[in-house]
Amino acid sequence: MPTATMTQSTSSQSTPLDAEAIRADFPILERRVHGLPLIYLDNAASSQKPRQVIDALTRYYEHSNANVHRGVHTLSEEATAQYEGARAKVASFVGSCCPKEIIWTRNASEAMNLLAQSWGRANLKRGDRVLLTEMEHHSNIVPWQILAAELGFEIAYVRVADDGTLILDDLSKLLAGRTKLVSFTYMSNVVGTINPVKELTRAAHRAGALVHLDACQAVPHMPVNIEELDVDFMSFSGHKMLGPTGIGALWGRRELLNAMPPWMGGGDMIREVHLTGFKPSELPWKFEAGTPAIAQAIGLGAAVDYLEQVGMAAIHQAERELTAYAMQRLPEVEGLRILGPAADKRGGLVAFTLGDAHPHDIAAVLDNLGIAIRAGHHCAQPLHERYCIPASARASFYLYNTKEEVDLLVKALHKVVEMFTF
Amino acid sequence: MDLYAEEILDHYKHPRHFGHLDDPTLTYHDRNPLCGDEITLELQIADGKVADVAFTGHGCAISRAAASMMSEEIIGRSLDELRGWNKESILDLLGIEVGPVRIKCALLPLKALKAAVWGLGEDE
Repeated sequence: MPTATMTQSTSSQSTPLDAEAIRADFPILERRVHGLPLIYLDNAASSQKPRQVIDALTRYYEHSNANVHRGVHTLSEEATAQYEGARAKVASFVGSCCPKEIIWTRNASEAMNLLAQSWGRANLKRGDRVLLTEMEHHSNIVPWQILAAELGFEIAYVRVADDGTLILDDLSKLLAGRTKLVSFTYMSNVVGTINPVKELTRAAHRAGALVHLDACQAVPHMPVNIEELDVDFMSFSGHKMLGPTGIGALWGRRELLNAMPPWMGGGDMIREVHLTGFKPSELPWKFEAGTPAIAQAIGLGAAVDYLEQVGMAAIHQAERELTAYAMQRLPEVEGLRILGPAADKRGGLVAFTLGDAHPHDIAAVLDNLGIAIRAGHHCAQPLHERYCIPASARASFYLYNTKEEVDLLVKALHKVVEMFTF
Repeated sequence: MDLYAEEILDHYKHPRHFGHLDDPTLTYHDRNPLCGDEITLELQIADGKVADVAFTGHGCAISRAAASMMSEEIIGRSLDELRGWNKESILDLLGIEVGPVRIKCALLPLKALKAAVWGLGEDE
């Protein structure tokens, strides 16, 4: 049922997704949970994987498995070509001119730790400020807190309004003085808010600060182009975008990455090593010590191929429509309160509370009905403190979710109300 | 569903010993920050035994039912005996299968009880 909020103009003329064909690509969607068909609505935590990605992993292990950058034998050359080929795919996917600007990490958390420990350690000192927001995931807070405890710089936060949007009225005050870095999320993993990246980035740059964007919830779900956004660093993870776990990336402008010191030492990150010292390798390997997650990188490359084939604009549009539909239907459930802004300001997820029912109980009842949602603070405890709630329940969507699944979610939530009402 | 057996829901909706004691001998507060469950356990001790108990806090049905059932069960028992209580003592009371994720919810009241009877972290 169309609503006013569903007519967005952000995406170009994207053709609607063929949900049935897409679903057929995801073997796990055939499984049953507690005897019922799986309804997977925990995509903000981790996405499912299409056959194409699973096949890429199998193919690599069955045909080309070897270490990269080392051997001159056939397998090592194949592995290296596929591994570096995946880097090029990911670079192009986010609009980077060159693959060497993509630094592989285990996940986005590691990407942000890399940024803090390498760039932060070299550039931050007492009297400096790092500006974050109140809606950050712990992985964009704790690495800075660890470093601030050691180096003595200040951490300030852009606050969040009741409706889940950032309060930008006093941004110039927050940026005044020695603010060296503004690090914030493209899209909140709790309230779903899509932040005004360009506006924040312009303001940060005017104030002489660099910008790091946590794009974990954006890169999998919408077209993201770093040149257009004009940010300086960006982190994202592979497993949230149809790829395997164990692979993520930090993108950075190459002049910034070149100036940064290595952060982990070991194999592959060096040009030469002597008893008296070492010279680091060049980008991107300077930051990639040890045998990397080769299969996972190749799998992520396959995931990017899949997403590009479906089309990011189409995925974004489909998720917006599904989210608008969910936000229209969920309030039918007695006592349900949605956190965050209206559908036109958010991406494909809805977090909510439900009367006195604890989110863990909500999620457990739903699980028994085959529905997977997330319950807890979603690694964003400060934001939950902001709303004075210990936890919330969250349904998050992806390209394979349907309106029928939203209907079943609503039906199941009525059952929760029945069970937990006093 | 098994996790939410009738008895569990009954203790959740009508928790026994919920509230405060006038003059508790031992008070212990504990929380499970991951899910936001919180409990404050108050014990009235006489002759080395639990004479009365009360708890407050908020949490999921499992943690609240566990606190309610545990409170009923510990009155009259000696501190020595309670020091010997373990995970099984609570799971037996609950009478349900609790998976690896929810076990923390089920055991939060026991954690508070053990800390209280071992004299750890007394508030006053």
